[in-house]
Amino acid sequence: MQNLEELVTVPLHAVAHGRAGDKGNRLNVSVIPYEAEAYALLAAQLTPERVLALFAHRCAAKVTRYDLPLLHAFNFVIDDVLEGGVNGSLNLDGHGKTNSFRLLSLPVQVPRRLVRSPA
Amino acid sequence: MTDKARSRTLTTMFRLGNGAGFSGDRIDAPGPVVDTLIARGGPAAIFFEVLGERTVALAQLEKRRDPARGYEPMLERLLEPILEKCARNGISIIGNFGAANPAGAARAIARLAERAGLGSLRIGVVEGDDLAANIDLAQLEVVDADATLEQGGSEIVSANAYLSAQPIVEALRSGAQIVVTGRCGDPSLALAPLIHHYGWAADDWDRLAWGSAVGHLLECGSQVTGGVYYDPGFKDIPDPANIGFPIAEVSAHGRIVITKADATGGVVNLQVVKEQLIYEVHDPANYITPDVTLDFSGVSLRQAGADRVEVLGVRGKPAPERLKATVCFEGGWLGEGEISVAGPNCLARAKSIAEVLLARLRRRKLKVHSRVDLIGIASVHDDDGGTLWRAYTGPEPGDIRVRLAVAGAEHDDVDQAAREVLALLCCGPAGSGGARWRTTQRIRTQSYLVPRASVSPRVSVKPAREWR
Repeated sequence: MQNLEELVTVPLHAVAHGRAGDKGNRLNVSVIPYEAEAYALLAAQLTPERVLALFAHRCAAKVTRYDLPLLHAFNFVIDDVLEGGVNGSLNLDGHGKTNSFRLLSLPVQVPRRLVRSPA
Repeated sequence: MTDKARSRTLTTMFRLGNGAGFSGDRIDAPGPVVDTLIARGGPAAIFFEVLGERTVALAQLEKRRDPARGYEPMLERLLEPILEKCARNGISIIGNFGAANPAGAARAIARLAERAGLGSLRIGVVEGDDLAANIDLAQLEVVDADATLEQGGSEIVSANAYLSAQPIVEALRSGAQIVVTGRCGDPSLALAPLIHHYGWAADDWDRLAWGSAVGHLLECGSQVTGGVYYDPGFKDIPDPANIGFPIAEVSAHGRIVITKADATGGVVNLQVVKEQLIYEVHDPANYITPDVTLDFSGVSLRQAGADRVEVLGVRGKPAPERLKATVCFEGGWLGEGEISVAGPNCLARAKSIAEVLLARLRRRKLKVHSRVDLIGIASVHDDDGGTLWRAYTGPEPGDIRVRLAVAGAEHDDVDQAAREVLALLCCGPAGSGGARWRTTQRIRTQSYLVPRASVSPRVSVKPAREWR
C-alpha cells in the first residue's frame, strides 16, 4: 500500500549520494540511492529538465541521463556547464567537483522511511 | 599465448596496487600497498597515475627552465620508500611520472636505485607520446566534449597522445622492473602488467576490458577506498587521515575483487565502488580507452567480505580507430585577490566590496574578464555574474571572504586588476582585512583525435647504471 504512505519533501542528499567528474567543458554527476527501493521513485523525479534548470545560471546547454538499473544508479552528463573547464574558468572549483552537492540539494518526494538522518 | 603464459593462467592470481591517483597525492600511501602485496605473496605490480590534463604542460614549462626536470616533482619521495622492497620481491612498478621528460625521470630513478645498491635494476622508458614538434591541428578533429571550448590560436606548450598499454607490455617483456611513461591511457598503466602476466591478445576485447576496468577503478587511488566519498553522518569511513590505497585481485578468468592495503583506514563497499565506477564516465556503454572500449552497462557488484567488492559483468568492444591527443596552449593570465569581512553588517559590507571592485576595473579600463565570489554566501556553485550571491538576502553569516578573479591576455592588466583587492586595505569599507593576491600563467587544453599511424611509441630498457 505504498501509495498511501506519507510522502515528505527532502533534499536528494537525504536519500542518495553521488560524485562529480569533469572532461573538458562537460560534467558528469552520479546519483545513487542508498535504498534500491528509491531507484524507481527517483527515476520519475530526476528528469533531465529539472537537472538542467538547476545549472541554468551557469549556461548549461544540455543534460543527458544514463540509467544503470543493475547498480541502481543514474549518471547525469551536463554539457557546457564548466564555463571553460578547469583551464578557462574563473570559478574556484574549475573541475566542478563540488557540483555533486548542487544536484544533491534538489528537493524530492519520498516515503519518510527512506529518509536518512545524520548518524 | 606462450606455454609459460598458459601455465601462469592456470595457477596464479595477479594483484595490482595503486600508489598515487594524481600529482599531489599522499606520499606515504604506496608503502602499505607494497607491504600488503608482499604479505599476500604471488605475482603483483603497483602503478602510479600522476598526470592530469594540464600536468604535462606545466612540466613542459618547468623543462624549459631546467632541461633536467619536467618529470613528476614528488618522484623520489614516492619511490624511495618502496623501490628496494619491490625489486627484491619481484613487484613491477609502472608510472606515468615521466610527464614531459620520461628519460629524465629514468635518470632520477637510476640515482635512487644505485644509492640502494640496485645498479642492475632494469628501468624501462616509454616515449613517443610527445607530438608537439610535428602536429598539424588544422588536420585534426576536436574531441566532442571540447567542441565548445575556445579553439586554437595561441602558442602550443605541449601536445601528447594517449598511448596504449602495448609499449609498457613491451618494456615488461624486455625485463623492465620499473616502467616510466609520459602520457598514456590512465587505465593502460594497470592493464599492461595484466596483459604481460596472462598473455592476453591485443584484440581479446573482454579480457582487455577487465584489466582496463580495474585500471579505471584504481587510477584515482583512494577515490575507490573512501576518498572523495566520506560525508560525516551519512557516509562515514574509518580513519580518513590514513585512507588505505586500493589493491585489485584479478584472475585469468576475469574474477575481479577490489580491496585495499592492510592496517589502514578507508573502506571498500558497494557505495564507494559504484561512485568510482561512474566517475568521469559519460555513456556507460561506451567508455573509450586507447586499448578497448568498455561497456559498463551490464556491471553488477557484490560485497565479498570486509573491504572486498567483486566486480562482475564488464564487457569489451573494439578499441577506437584514432588516439586522443591533448594539446595545451598558453592561456593568458589569471589574477586572484581575496579579502575578509566579519561580524555585524558583514553581508552589506561584502556586497559593497564586490560592487566597488567591479567599478574599479571599469573605471581603470583594464582588459580583463572578471568574477566576484562571496565565499560563505555563494561561490563554487555560482556563475561569473554572481546570480546566487546577488539573490541572497539572509540570514547573515558570521564571516565572509570576498574573492575577485580576473583573466586576460596581458600580464599587466591582470596583475593591476588583482592588486585592486590589496588597495581595499585602506580604501575599502570598515573592518575589512586579510587581503591576499596573486597572478599566475594559465594553460588552456584542447583534445583532438589523431590517426594511430602518426604516433610511434619508443621503448628502451636498460639497467640503472646505464641510465646515468
